[in-house]
Amino acid sequence: MRVFAACGLTKTYRMGETEIHALRGVDLEIAAGEFIVLLGPSGSGKSTLLNILGGLDTPTSGEITFKDHNLSAADEAALTRYRREHVGFVFQFYNLIPALTARENVALVTDIAAKSMPAAEALAWVGLGERLDHFPSQLSGGEQQRVAIARAIAKRPDVLLCDEPTGALDYETGKLVLEVIARINAELGTTAMVITHNAAIAAIADRVLRLGDGRIVGVEKPARKLTPAEISW
Amino acid sequence: MVKSLDRKLLRDLWSLKTQVVSIALVIACGIGGFIGSFSTYGSLLWSRDNYYATARFPHVFATAKRAPVSLLEKIRNIPGVVEVEARVVRDAQLSIPGVVPPMIARLIGHDFEHPGGMNRLTLKSGRWPAPSARGEVVVNQRFLEARGLKLGDRMNVLLNGKLERVMLVGTALSPEYIFATRGGGMPDDEWFAVLWIDARALAAAFNMEGAFNSVLARVEKGASLDAMLDALDKILEPYGGFGAVSRDEQVSHKIITQEISQQRIFGTVLPSIFLAVAAFILNVVLHRQVHAQRGEIAALKALGYDDRWIAWHYLKFASVIVLLGTLIGIGLGWWLGNGMTGLYTDLFHFPQFHFFMPGWLVLAGGAAALVAAFGGAFAATRGVLRLHAAEALRPPAPAQFRPLLLERLGYVELLTSAQRMIMRNLERRPVRAASTVAGIAGSVAILISGTFWADSLEWFIDVQFNQVTRADVNIGFAEPVSRNVRLELARLPGVSEVEVSRAIPVRLRAGHRTYRTGITGVEDDATLSRILDADLREARPAPGGVLLTTRLAERLGVRPGDAVIAELLEGKRVKAAVRVTGTVREMAGMNAWMRLEDLNRLAQESRVVSAAGLSVERAQETALLERLKLMPAAAMVIVNRSLIDTFRETTARNVMFFTTVLSIFAATIAVGVVYNNARIQLAERAWELASLRVLGFTRREVSVLLLGELAVEIAAAIPLGFIAGYWLAALLVALMHQEVMEFPLVIFPSTYVYAGAVVLAAGVVSALIVRNRIDNLDLVAVLKTRE
Repeated sequence: MRVFAACGLTKTYRMGETEIHALRGVDLEIAAGEFIVLLGPSGSGKSTLLNILGGLDTPTSGEITFKDHNLSAADEAALTRYRREHVGFVFQFYNLIPALTARENVALVTDIAAKSMPAAEALAWVGLGERLDHFPSQLSGGEQQRVAIARAIAKRPDVLLCDEPTGALDYETGKLVLEVIARINAELGTTAMVITHNAAIAAIADRVLRLGDGRIVGVEKPARKLTPAEISW
Repeated sequence: MVKSLDRKLLRDLWSLKTQVVSIALVIACGIGGFIGSFSTYGSLLWSRDNYYATARFPHVFATAKRAPVSLLEKIRNIPGVVEVEARVVRDAQLSIPGVVPPMIARLIGHDFEHPGGMNRLTLKSGRWPAPSARGEVVVNQRFLEARGLKLGDRMNVLLNGKLERVMLVGTALSPEYIFATRGGGMPDDEWFAVLWIDARALAAAFNMEGAFNSVLARVEKGASLDAMLDALDKILEPYGGFGAVSRDEQVSHKIITQEISQQRIFGTVLPSIFLAVAAFILNVVLHRQVHAQRGEIAALKALGYDDRWIAWHYLKFASVIVLLGTLIGIGLGWWLGNGMTGLYTDLFHFPQFHFFMPGWLVLAGGAAALVAAFGGAFAATRGVLRLHAAEALRPPAPAQFRPLLLERLGYVELLTSAQRMIMRNLERRPVRAASTVAGIAGSVAILISGTFWADSLEWFIDVQFNQVTRADVNIGFAEPVSRNVRLELARLPGVSEVEVSRAIPVRLRAGHRTYRTGITGVEDDATLSRILDADLREARPAPGGVLLTTRLAERLGVRPGDAVIAELLEGKRVKAAVRVTGTVREMAGMNAWMRLEDLNRLAQESRVVSAAGLSVERAQETALLERLKLMPAAAMVIVNRSLIDTFRETTARNVMFFTTVLSIFAATIAVGVVYNNARIQLAERAWELASLRVLGFTRREVSVLLLGELAVEIAAAIPLGFIAGYWLAALLVALMHQEVMEFPLVIFPSTYVYAGAVVLAAGVVSALIVRNRIDNLDLVAVLKTRE
């Protein structure tokens, strides 16, 4: 089943005096349950693409649909509803709420989502069943990122969008986080999309999209999909 | 390197312009209030003293019934006296065609050709009466204005029982009547005229040729005033002397002095509080502002700027705000001072009333704000500078939180996630939350302490005119009349109740302490005029003794059971010991009462009275007043309602002015606190709030998180502000305490509601401005950046 369909996506925005063409015509289809890795140098447009898919931004031209929702025509309220119901975000810097414990950070999302799982279950999924009542300040970086992932999956999203999820983590912790994402993709069937600079990570994807200068410049399907445990960088 | 830092300074100021302006406005209010009221105080003092000096205001005033002019030589020889002047002064009924209620004219005999050296008149308009012309008078400027009269108009004066027509040829000001009143402390311009009339004509009308009943004196600097007053009393005693008094007891001087001392309190206490609150807010805001720039400071350090440069940079930042605030404050102070001076110009009649603003005030206000600002900036900068550059560049670790006290006690399920975030944020930074609460509470308190005066006054009027003096019309007789006058008065149109009383001027003595006042003899069943204490309990003089106001008893150092010597200053001038049978905490005045019979007996006089109070049907009031005009004995007729109306009119304007100004000030302070607090919170938490937006939270839900904190703070601050406002008002009342009057501390619920509502509105406005910013959070940026 198709989750996303993008056709002729462009995005331009002004930055001071200059006009930046972040996307120059992207056509894309993503199927349910796919694990996609977006690779590309800085400024290639991968974050812009992720933002548009996640309902944080709208394209300047072109069409993007999520299932039967037309995201390119949606207003702010509709996009908020879309993010709330269908999208799980994982950020490079975790973006946890420091005033809330791990469990509460997850509950923050399950409170407002329709078909969520209990916060404790989501945390158990990422291997943090024991640290439910710790505040972010009491957790390591990797643990914080896993709380962020639990927060993202607790609502049983259709898509999990991860922007440099390992960027702020050390090697071991980064691998651990990738394992969690891969397991969610495999076991819950959540469509996952991961932005990274790290080409080694591409090996765990079903499909790798290479972006350059606002276009998709290459699509690769790894011959054999590896598990995170099998890769190294 | 300084140049680019300065450029950063300007850009910072520009990007924070709303905050900069809101802080500057708070400072402006503090400085404006300080400069405005302090300079009004100075202007008032200067105007009075300057006027007294140029018009040669006397130091001593004495009145007698009828003393021969030959006595002047004796008075001149009293040690310390340098100048003496005698004259005839009489009060008489005054009527103007078309005005029903009778008015009082104070006729002052004046030699227009060879005016004396004291109480020099200033001609404001028209001319002096011609030497030969009969019936030409000069009137006090304000009466002419209040009554809408023109020069050339004629009025009728009842001179010794004979109706005399006088013509207004000029208006004048006198230092004796800067505040003109029949005797009460209320502005009286509509009902009380001061007329200067040819001295010979006045003397002739009252059979006072070669005699005087009023004497003025100026004394040497350093002379013993008490000894002088005693000597003067001894000389005048055989001629019906009423007791000599110094300036302290002169009505106009007394009222102005009270007003000036009140202004001094308004000019010092209230603005100091303002300035302190402004300084406090500035301190807090700057502290947070510098803290928010932690990353930039670290970058500057990393680039090689040394600590002193960075500290100086932030002090300059503070200075610019203070400078802006001071400039606005000077303008505000100027406007405020002019406004207040204008109110006083209406009340007091000085020939010259210039408002001026001394430079030291501006410097003092500016310096106070600067010190406060530097304190805040310095403390904040120091904290940030202590960090190593690398440490400061690193994103700060997640803030430390812990479960709420409420949760530690086991009530975990009570709160939603949003409430938990709000409460934990508050609990994590108790000092910040407390300072915000204190700032908001401060503005509530300022509002209450600035606007409760209207309540106290209203209550005071209600007590005085509805409970103490319940008569509709009060009559004062020129000479004591038989008690049977009540029968005659009862027959007048519309009169339903009559009550009579006797008042005798007296000097009360207890040991070496004396006080000049009057004893009032009241009927046993008096209901139109009652004696009430501050708690509105009624008191009555016990048989055979005198009842004193507590203040008077304290002044004399006597208690119930003690005796005082009463030296009556009228009639047979009896001196006798009287037992104090009780004291009463009356709000105003230094009064003494006896039963009517007891007072008549003490004075060794027949059953006479000197005043009456009437209860009158409204519909018949006009007819009654017309009849009273024809009663020569009724020298003074006061319609209480008209007195209240005039009073309300004057005070309402003053109260409106202060209420409006203080409301604006307090709202500015509230906005300053709430808005700045919200902006800083927003800056600190933008990243967190934007993350929530990305996770699917609506603008509304995110706003609740940030503004919920403010709401909690405002909700906590308002009741605290009520309490603080009450105590601040109590402090002001205590400072205002005057010997002759106890200002009641009365705050109506509506004042609390008003203060709460103004601050709440300020909070809502601030919240809406911030809400607008929350709506425009950059969602994309948070994915990439770490704060």
